Amino acid sequence: MKKHISRRRLRVSIGLHTVLTVLSVLWMLPVFWLVVSSLRKEPGAYTPYLWPKEFTFDNYIRLFTDTTLFNFPRWFMNTLFVACCSCLITTILTLMVAYVYSRLRFKSRRAIMNITLVLGMFPGFMSMIAIYHFMKAIGLDQTLTALILVYSGGAALNYYIAKGFFDTIPKSLDEAATLDGATKNTVFWRIILPNSKPIVVNTAINAFIAPWVDFIFVSVIMKDNYNNYTVAKGLYTMVDKANIYHYYTVFCAGSVVVAIPIVLLFIRLQKYYVAGVTGGATKG
Amino acid sequence: MRLPRELFRTVRSGNWSVKLSCLIMGFGCMANGQVGKGLLYLAFQVLSILFVICFGWQYISHFGTLGENAQKKVWDEAAQIYRRVPGDNSMLILLFSVLTFAVILLAVWVWCMNIRSAGRAYRLRREGKPVPSLREEAKTLLDGRFHVTLLSAPMVSLVLFTVLPIIFMILIAFTNFDSNHQPPGNLFTWTGLQNVTDIFLGSELKTATFRGILLWTVVWAVFATVTNYIFGMLLALLINHKYVKLKKMWRTWFIIPIAIPQFVSLLLVSRALEPTGAINVLLMELHLTETPLPFLTDPLLARITVIVINMWIGIPYTMMTFSGVLMNIPEELYESAEIDGAGPVRRFLSITLPYMIFVTTPATITTFVGNINNFNVIYLLTAGGPASLDYYQAGKTDLLVTWLYKLTVDQHDYALASTIGIFIFMIVSVCSLTVYNRSNAVRKEDMFQ
Repeated sequence: MKKHISRRRLRVSIGLHTVLTVLSVLWMLPVFWLVVSSLRKEPGAYTPYLWPKEFTFDNYIRLFTDTTLFNFPRWFMNTLFVACCSCLITTILTLMVAYVYSRLRFKSRRAIMNITLVLGMFPGFMSMIAIYHFMKAIGLDQTLTALILVYSGGAALNYYIAKGFFDTIPKSLDEAATLDGATKNTVFWRIILPNSKPIVVNTAINAFIAPWVDFIFVSVIMKDNYNNYTVAKGLYTMVDKANIYHYYTVFCAGSVVVAIPIVLLFIRLQKYYVAGVTGGATKG
Repeated sequence: MRLPRELFRTVRSGNWSVKLSCLIMGFGCMANGQVGKGLLYLAFQVLSILFVICFGWQYISHFGTLGENAQKKVWDEAAQIYRRVPGDNSMLILLFSVLTFAVILLAVWVWCMNIRSAGRAYRLRREGKPVPSLREEAKTLLDGRFHVTLLSAPMVSLVLFTVLPIIFMILIAFTNFDSNHQPPGNLFTWTGLQNVTDIFLGSELKTATFRGILLWTVVWAVFATVTNYIFGMLLALLINHKYVKLKKMWRTWFIIPIAIPQFVSLLLVSRALEPTGAINVLLMELHLTETPLPFLTDPLLARITVIVINMWIGIPYTMMTFSGVLMNIPEELYESAEIDGAGPVRRFLSITLPYMIFVTTPATITTFVGNINNFNVIYLLTAGGPASLDYYQAGKTDLLVTWLYKLTVDQHDYALASTIGIFIFMIVSVCSLTVYNRSNAVRKEDMFQ
């Protein structure tokens, strides 16, 4: 009897692992293809055969040294700078707003919460045109500062996840601190923030990733100022019709370089993802 | 109506210093011992008046017409060249009028606060109570009125980068700002509800486009959400099955593809799907097909393709959610069910499934709304194509949001785009407001505290 169960168990286990292997191959195939293309020696977006004839690291070397037309190192530093600044600002603003909505009770709280929620639904790039001319009027158009402002300007709209998390921190902690004479300010910095590491990390990583993957806002703000492009916009220009033949493999190399840190961050983010999506509802 | 009545009572019952506050802001505060606060009010008054006179007036004076004189080229006899004579610019007039109106609104609000605090200072002094100094009042910003401190910076950024642009775009919907009316060469002006009637009744082509795209947007959002939901759940159950080893590794295989920026991964996929792309090359080498399949150019096939590719992007996300949820189901539930004699199927149907559906409902609605506005997948895969003559500047896989993008960025047809934008905004916001305010997470927000 026991032997029978374990044989059945083995069969089920093999079946499950086979399905999983097939699926993960399907999912990883484009990623694998990206890496292969980035190492391909022959130029061009299409080849009439699948497997490259020759492999080379030249594409990576070209990416960092051939800066006459596409200045990838500079774009990389631009993006890093913008990502760090907007990550810092966004995280602070988001957590502040989330704390207010979660802990402080005041007149018109529900109204403001609903309004901010609704405002977040407006298609972002619609307002970009207005923002572009506003930036132009104050002399900030086509600058990295404008980009930082744009990425962190919507911070107040994304409070929902962090608020859900703060809601799960017991209120008795705040009350005990208040009895000891702590102000709401101290409660925020000394009690709520140290107890919310997952959500701080989650908010920060998300804010950090945004500038690396967005190419719409950059296009509107930067127009043709190549020097201030971010990697996303820069790589995107590599594959327009005029350049794609010579730069497709370089584009793939650049994409791999950008993707590696994001993949690492994402794997780390995974741990906190659920608390985020379900807004703490799983703790019930 | 409470505020005006309260202000009126304050002014009537106050002495001359409170009454003078109506003209000179901060006067009541200064006269009643709050010099610092009074000076702040006064400074604000001076600055806002200067702003309106020096900057705002030149724009709001043209607000009614949005400018009369377009930029002209005038022949300069002396230099023998055409010179540009600067004219009005409708867009700047509209943009800075909105800004000026916002400043005026803010000034009115501060004016009300000024009367209120003048009245309060006066009352305190008359009753012989100590009047709080500026420093004491500032201290309450860290405790009793901490929400004011925390919210001020986010709210300023919200107003500047979201609210004012949205108001601007809403106003654009009532003008004729399109490719033929590009300031400063050609001015645009108010046209009332022309754009709205165009879309819903007037222009046949635009109505047909709008109806077709709206229908496809809904179909797309339903399919994209449902496929991801079901298959993501199945994948999560598969990975979390008790016989599966190395769960973390399997999860990572599915997370890596979605961590790659979408403009890279989707561009790659769309290249591979083209007639000379990798997939067609493979299919032809295996002799499964003689001619390349029109994955992105046949309307129906393109629509199926985007839904399938969206599964590749979306399922890992749902899988991550469901994995987390599965791990959170209390073990006792299963144990007691097993004691009651429930089999694995029964346990799944009465514990796992209801629990997962319950917890993920708000997230699913968010995903649905996200899919209505799913710009990346459509734009990067098909760019809305295949283009169609039945549609006004749109293709068969265009969603409302990508159509809107094309209208603004490629066609500069801002007025029509704004009208559609407002429409999307209305659908989406009504949906999500209802859901958020009804979902358990909001109704029971104090439950865990």
